[in-house]
Amino acid sequence: MSSQDPAPEEISSNTLRWVWAAALAASLAFWLFAKPYAPWAFKYPRAWQLPLKREISDFMKWLVEDASFGLFSFTELTRGIAWLLDIPFTIATSILSSGFLKGQGSDAVQILPPLTWIAVIAIVVALGRYAGGWKLAALVGACFSYLAIFGQWESAMITLSSIIIAVPFGVFGGLVLGIAAHRWSLFETLIKPVLDLMQTVPVFAYLVPILFMFGFGPVSAMVATIVYAMPPMVRITMLALRQVPGEVIDLGKMTGCSPRQMTWKVMVPSARDGLMIGVNQVIMLSLNMVIIASMIGAGGLGYDVLASLRRLDIGAGVEAGVAIVVLAIALDRLSQAFANRRPEHYEALAGTSFFKRNPYTSTCLAIVLVTGFAGLAMGWVQTWPESWSITTGTFWSEVVSYINVNYFDQLEAVKTFVLLNLMIPFKRFLISLPWPVVAGLLGLAGYSLGGWRLAVLCAVLTTFMAVVGLWSKAMVTVYLCGISVIIACAIGIPIGIAAAGRDRLWRVVQVLIDTLQTLPSFVYLMPVVMLFRVGDFAAMIAVIAYAIAPAIRYTAHGLRQVDPQLVEAGIVAGCTRWQLLRKIQLKLAIPEIMLGINQTIMLALSMLVITALVGTRELGQEVYIALTKADTGRGIVAGLCVAFIAIIADRLITAGANRMKARLGLQN
Amino acid sequence: MKTDDLAKLSCRSVWKLFGNDSDGFLRRTPNPSSEDIAAAGLIAAVKDVSLDIRDGEIFVIMGLSGSGKSTLVRCMSRLVEPTAGEILFNGQDLLQASDKEMIEIRRHRMGMVFQHFALLPHLSVLGNVAFPLEVQGLDKATREAQAREVIELVGLEGREAYYPRELSGGQQQRVGIARSLAVEPELWFLDEPFSALDPLIRREMQDEFLRIQSVLKKTIVFITHDFDEAIRLADRIAIMKDGKVDQTGTPEDLVMRPATDYVAEFTREVAKAKVLSARAIMGPPGKRAPKGGFGGDVGLRTKVSELAARVSADPRPLAVLDDDGERVGIVTRDAVISVLLEG
Repeated sequence: MSSQDPAPEEISSNTLRWVWAAALAASLAFWLFAKPYAPWAFKYPRAWQLPLKREISDFMKWLVEDASFGLFSFTELTRGIAWLLDIPFTIATSILSSGFLKGQGSDAVQILPPLTWIAVIAIVVALGRYAGGWKLAALVGACFSYLAIFGQWESAMITLSSIIIAVPFGVFGGLVLGIAAHRWSLFETLIKPVLDLMQTVPVFAYLVPILFMFGFGPVSAMVATIVYAMPPMVRITMLALRQVPGEVIDLGKMTGCSPRQMTWKVMVPSARDGLMIGVNQVIMLSLNMVIIASMIGAGGLGYDVLASLRRLDIGAGVEAGVAIVVLAIALDRLSQAFANRRPEHYEALAGTSFFKRNPYTSTCLAIVLVTGFAGLAMGWVQTWPESWSITTGTFWSEVVSYINVNYFDQLEAVKTFVLLNLMIPFKRFLISLPWPVVAGLLGLAGYSLGGWRLAVLCAVLTTFMAVVGLWSKAMVTVYLCGISVIIACAIGIPIGIAAAGRDRLWRVVQVLIDTLQTLPSFVYLMPVVMLFRVGDFAAMIAVIAYAIAPAIRYTAHGLRQVDPQLVEAGIVAGCTRWQLLRKIQLKLAIPEIMLGINQTIMLALSMLVITALVGTRELGQEVYIALTKADTGRGIVAGLCVAFIAIIADRLITAGANRMKARLGLQN
Repeated sequence: MKTDDLAKLSCRSVWKLFGNDSDGFLRRTPNPSSEDIAAAGLIAAVKDVSLDIRDGEIFVIMGLSGSGKSTLVRCMSRLVEPTAGEILFNGQDLLQASDKEMIEIRRHRMGMVFQHFALLPHLSVLGNVAFPLEVQGLDKATREAQAREVIELVGLEGREAYYPRELSGGQQQRVGIARSLAVEPELWFLDEPFSALDPLIRREMQDEFLRIQSVLKKTIVFITHDFDEAIRLADRIAIMKDGKVDQTGTPEDLVMRPATDYVAEFTREVAKAKVLSARAIMGPPGKRAPKGGFGGDVGLRTKVSELAARVSADPRPLAVLDDDGERVGIVTRDAVISVLLEG
């Protein structure tokens, strides 16, 4: 390709510039003058709408009530899945939280108590010591002690049991699908768009059908968690298998492996490092889902956060939210330590006793038994006494009320100023745009960045939003997302630039953005609502806080990976610091920064749906209403619209970044 | 072409082209030129290669990167499907073998050593070496006993429980060698086995390899890009360039009678004294012994570098004896010196 004459490329980019100018002029004219002649372009006529919502709802109804696969009906299938999940979940909650019970409801008699809090902490400390040494043991021990001391134990154990059960299902399902996609390319082409959609459709959208199929309860919540956490595992499996060195595959063939041996004895173990990243991802995503899943029946910490959010009890909400974060940190570090563990040989231990060969298992077993028996006699060994618990809830509530009492006017002034001068004009402008013009311009952008296929994709997806009658809500989504992303980048990119050149600052910033990213999205809502009350401004602040991390990270990363020789060449040529940054480093880092912006947009969209809880009027609200009304069709259609906005933005930016990389010769 | 009677493995007009519809193209144009191939948008890795690898010899395929040597060795084991040609293993065409037959052949009769070792990271040394036996379905005790034997052969006893990342590069490749020998293969492929090692270790491993071969006497296909290594190890060498074999012959053949400029380019820098043997520089035996008598007897395959030490100690000519102890020639001091002077 590179050997081709550059002339045709030049001509077409020149022509393209003219086409752009013409298209923009025509669009402007249309926008200004066409309203009286073509009102359909400004407000999509109701009569033209596709009744997609109703059809999906009818289909769901048919599925649940009548559908049958011959041997068994659809309902029997869902009941089977529910049963499959319910048994291990019941066992896990019995061990960790409720104890083994005999009988039903309030007549139930406990025949075996759950693990004592001391035993659970001992087990995680032993796991930490085994996987990562004393340092990790201390960290996870502290995390779990926090849960006990701050009175979150009960809820945390319920959450932990659902995670413990959901994660293996997610990992195994993802692994199997990923292997299938690796083996059969047809399956790969089929599954890829599904994965794209699954990762961009807001979670709320598929809560409704899951609710419909599995009813309200912890099993539904686990199904939703698995569905949410599995797609990245599929992707990572495909990637990890692809990265297995060709020589290792040759080895498998040369030793005469059958396809099954090849997969399980050669490919999967060789891809272990990559796959463990996937396991970590599944754990983190499952924890992300904790709060959302509590909307369809998961109890535990998620329910506590949600309930306090509804009561606007910031203290209780922050405490439960922090407990989720603490649990997430402990599980994240533990799983990473297990991922990084390398097999090591041990001197022969054969012949020694079981206890000597398994020091961790035997110690834990001893503690479980001893505290178990002691717990029967002494209550405080079994459960952490409530009277010993500390709470910071009132402190947080007081902080917020202090700010509200003393700085109300200032906050209000800022809010009003931004709303009047920035947000509302931008919103009005976007809503006034005629949909054919937007579809056309996005199509043209698609064509100039990625060719015909991208053009068609962009135009069709844009038109879809008008056709299903959600155009104005979609535009409000674009407005809120857009303005949040712009501000997030305006803050994040300079921070990234500043941190890139200073190692110590970069370390501090890294800790900060890591923390921002582990906080569950709901946690952002509470302080924001407390300070700014419901509405677009509060939503925007929450979205910015949640979505700023990738803007910082990718900018710093992009700048740091610029070839140091080029920087030296610049210095030798006599560049000032500013010239160096502007003419060399930023130029080369732009593709990376664009990917950061892309990630920011994706995070912003996912957060935006959650901000529907604080009263924004966009697609998220539509999804949320559908959830409360259990209206499957409405939720899915609105969810698809959000996904399509995400897909259009993602494809355009990725295509642009790739073009730029190719031009800079950074493509590998 | 006549098949060599002693051939363990023969390649007959093997082609490998990469690109769309490469076999259709080769059917339409049976003997394409480089221009034809380029015009069809294809890339040729192996072009019309015919070779015979004899039972029990070390056959080295030498070529620089991109010469197609790695593809050729993968064609021989059918890791890469040749576009056209025949691969005869003990007279059986491997390209006609079913997948099942191929699995059987690879499980029991072939072994391969890889450039970057290709050790499985989750298995110990013992587990890695026993892996081919595990794949065959042997029980644990049998395969581990067998694996311990080859581990001893490559000198890694005492390290059975170590994991690959706990070993040095040289040790890792010893594991690779042991693993490839665990099934007692008839045909042993080594794909640049020592290229990833540093020079001192490489030398040591070459000696080790020759020692193992002197015990096992396998039929070996050895790939390298290092001409010195080729000369050191080979019974016969094939030099590859742009997918074609330029010349096949013993190291002496290549040095004395390079078939192309490309081969001559390689051999020019080689110290001839290390390659040439008494056979190449001896004069006629003569009826009687020379006046002063012989300085001693040497074999036909004695290298000139060793002859030099003999003639410098004793200037009298040396008698060259064949395997039956018959005198077949005389090497004079002048003949040795002239080789040394040539470089």
